Amino acid sequence: MNFDLADQADKFVMLLGGLVAFVVLVGGLLLVLDVIPTKLAERREARLAAAADAGVPIAPGAARGREGWLALGFLAPALLLLSIGLIFPAIRTTVLSFMNGDSTRWVGFDNYTWMFGQPDIQNVLLNTLVWVLVVPTLAATIGLLYAIMVDKARGEAVAKALIFLPMAISFVGASIIWKFVYAYRSGEQDQIGLLNQIVVWFGGEPRQWLLEEGFKLNTLLLIVIMIWIQAGFAMVILSAAIKAIPAEIVEAAKIDGTNAWQMFWRITLPAIRAALIVVVVTITIATLKVFDIVRTMTNGNYDTSVIANEMYNQSFRYGETGHGSALAVFLFVLVIPIVIFQIRNIRKQRSEA
Amino acid sequence: MTTTNPPAAAVPVTKSGGDRPNTAAGRVRKKLSSPLATGIAIVIALFWSVPTFGLLISSFRPEDDIKTTGWWSFFTDPQLTLDNYDEVLFGGSASSGQLAGYFINSLVITIPAVLFPMAICALAAYALAWIDFRGRDWIYILVFALQIVPLQMALVPLLRFFSQGVELFGVQLLPAWGLSGEELFIQVWFAHTCFAIPFGVYLLHNFISELPKDVMEAARVDGANHPKIFRTIVLPLITPVLASFGIFQFLWVWNDLLVALIFASGGGRDTNPMTVRLAELAGTRGNEWQRLTSGAFVSMIVPLIVFLSLQRYFVRGLLAGSVKG
Repeated sequence: MNFDLADQADKFVMLLGGLVAFVVLVGGLLLVLDVIPTKLAERREARLAAAADAGVPIAPGAARGREGWLALGFLAPALLLLSIGLIFPAIRTTVLSFMNGDSTRWVGFDNYTWMFGQPDIQNVLLNTLVWVLVVPTLAATIGLLYAIMVDKARGEAVAKALIFLPMAISFVGASIIWKFVYAYRSGEQDQIGLLNQIVVWFGGEPRQWLLEEGFKLNTLLLIVIMIWIQAGFAMVILSAAIKAIPAEIVEAAKIDGTNAWQMFWRITLPAIRAALIVVVVTITIATLKVFDIVRTMTNGNYDTSVIANEMYNQSFRYGETGHGSALAVFLFVLVIPIVIFQIRNIRKQRSEA
Repeated sequence: MTTTNPPAAAVPVTKSGGDRPNTAAGRVRKKLSSPLATGIAIVIALFWSVPTFGLLISSFRPEDDIKTTGWWSFFTDPQLTLDNYDEVLFGGSASSGQLAGYFINSLVITIPAVLFPMAICALAAYALAWIDFRGRDWIYILVFALQIVPLQMALVPLLRFFSQGVELFGVQLLPAWGLSGEELFIQVWFAHTCFAIPFGVYLLHNFISELPKDVMEAARVDGANHPKIFRTIVLPLITPVLASFGIFQFLWVWNDLLVALIFASGGGRDTNPMTVRLAELAGTRGNEWQRLTSGAFVSMIVPLIVFLSLQRYFVRGLLAGSVKG
């Protein structure tokens, strides 16, 4: 036993400090918002009463202005943090992407030409494309299949929980789980990785899966992990959408003699179209930003790197802030059309409803 | 004050018992599709559970066994030990994991990084939904749109904000924070809080804006001001959705690697959460399976407990955040 709780005291002091700060800030804000307007209102009422006594007309609209200040009080923490944490940084990153590695000199579009010109980085972009094409498609398909198959089956809750559980596991934890599945030991020894053991049972030779660059096999094996995590999310959303299909429609279709196949294509799929789009869009965005899996499994070696991982490496390991920023901006640009597409869909849905 | 219609659950979870197999067509359909469907479902469920199950079994096997035979041989030769957990949590050597300390770091990082966004987002969502002021819609759209800014866009400048302060045209507007050691927790809390706001405001706003209008108006007529309405009426009503946001944020922060790598790694053992340590173990000592398997489970245990006990709220949050759009 080599762990002394007393050594951890500093951390708990910090935690306590954080909690005190939380109570003081939030409590203080509510108190200020509560007390000051009340005081002001009392004063104003007194003044209005005095004015009414003197026969001066009261200006309309004064109340609305006060509401504005109050709203600012409610919004201030959120807006302040957003500005510091997201808005200004995003602008700054865009600016940095036009500067050199240590941000001392303007370089125009050099970082962007570097991005599209380097074979290494081209490969990174290609990998990201493979991720984005494969993960949402397969995760949504599996999620949908599973949601339909276990719908109203016995033990549905347990069956769903099994698929949904990986959502709670960190990407790092999930990576370790799969690293173990892909583990390799040379031919004569017993295998400890399940995948190689299965290969051996079928009479094959064990392979070092994560080194197999042909047909992007290693990238695909990393993709399996992401699908494994995301299918549960797809399944939950799609299952709720399926359950929301009015029972009368299903009943009517059955009376008309539709078989399972027709039921799926003509009734289920159109009815859950909106949910399906949400699932695909959400998973696509998550996939674009995937970082933890690649970093834990291969650290981007053996041609498996993706944009998010390369951005981290360039900015924080090689000190090439310009390159890293350009990659981040590119990531942002990739997300925009997807989001516009989604907003349009939501609008269409609203106008139809 | 009467609550005529309670706030509609954000989820259209209807347990329709519509599938009655007592119609002729229904019976035929059931017969045709069931065995195959059940078969595929079982295969998928196995595929999903077996990797985790294998890791769980391995984490209890003696080191030599893990390294020489597959976990499935456990069934023919069951050997169980808690040594792996003991070593990975409390081991003395630098390579042993020492996860106990990292576990505490994860806790210290997560608790405030969940509480702050919950409070800040609830306040902001309430203002955007129920306080009437100019520019309200624009601010909401702005916050909503910020959801799409990838974290990667914010990392470098935010790190500089902490380490160098704000300098504009040679004038130091804000000083550098100059944090070190355990103080780095503040940085991590700050970053996580910032990044959580767009989604949090969006999720809570969806719900708060659908609270019944007459309740709010009745309270106003009774002379309650906004802070009072927020505290006494809104907060109790939004507890379920606030819980679901809290679970989201909890899982996200507990499982995060990227933010921690950038904002906490300066403190080393004193501030890094478990994810960072595990990624390190997986990278440098990738074949010490006895540490990796047990370590992975130590890191999973808290989110799994939270997840399994509060799954209902989590699912509700998922659906409120995505199906309603």
